[in-house]
Amino acid sequence: MKTRVYVTLKGGVLDPQGKAIHHALEGLGFSGVNDVRAGKLIELDLADTVSDGDVEAMCRKLLANTVIENFRIERVPA
Amino acid sequence: MKSAVIVFPGSNCDRDLAVAIRDVTGSDPAMVWHRDAELPDGLGLIAVPGGFSYGDYLRSGAMAARSPIMRAIVEAAGRGVPVLGICNGFQILTEAGLLPGALMRNAGLNFVCCDVALAVGNDRSVFTSRYRAGETIRLPVAHHDGNYTADAETLDRLEGEGQVAFRYVEAVNGSARNIAGIVNEAGNVLGMMPHPERLIEQAQGGIDGRRLFEGLLEAVG
Repeated sequence: MKTRVYVTLKGGVLDPQGKAIHHALEGLGFSGVNDVRAGKLIELDLADTVSDGDVEAMCRKLLANTVIENFRIERVPA
Repeated sequence: MKSAVIVFPGSNCDRDLAVAIRDVTGSDPAMVWHRDAELPDGLGLIAVPGGFSYGDYLRSGAMAARSPIMRAIVEAAGRGVPVLGICNGFQILTEAGLLPGALMRNAGLNFVCCDVALAVGNDRSVFTSRYRAGETIRLPVAHHDGNYTADAETLDRLEGEGQVAFRYVEAVNGSARNIAGIVNEAGNVLGMMPHPERLIEQAQGGIDGRRLFEGLLEAVG
């Protein structure tokens, strides 16, 4: 089953890359951009036997650094 | 003193570190490949070098921290064996959970490569006994992800318990409270972004880094 893991920085953590993207968008003339936060999307192709709990364990052990990042798991039905 | 330098794919300070250790201690460290599961016996130092292990994929130090050798390093650290992580080594030690917090992209987004002034915050660990607390030293930095981050509670604890080993005198990379290096609670694990192994002899421009290895040798014997 296709599974997507979204990894985002926690609220209080400063995001230098998001800031740079924000500045670049302003430089291109886009107005009204209040804030930009950059994250990661990790797509997994998993056997049907892999449980939600397994995916959560993958996130906690490797895919996200829970000191600074949150993660959200999205299972994509075929 | 027996020592080991851990080598990951993408490490690039491992040989400099080995030269520094040999120069100060008089014996060659064992170069241990990351896929090994065991460390040599009787180590007085486990050194995790700088570089770009696994190309910094996912997060700096993230893949290396899950290498087979890390289990042995965590176990040895728990027994009190001194563990030193420099630059990417610091990132690896935080990712492995041996030190709190995380190292993020530099606040200015630029790679910083220069000598920096550091204030010594702790002279009681096995690594910092040859420095005096409050003293200013100079060491080179060369990193893209040195922006130390932790929650306020952790930062307060690090400062309150004297676990901040080195602090940037001036802001370098956006690090919380200008933290450049920290020790764990027991004081036997040090992670630092600056490179002590690059200032070992006068020909390199100074010996402020040498004292770290001398202090360790004195403490460990």
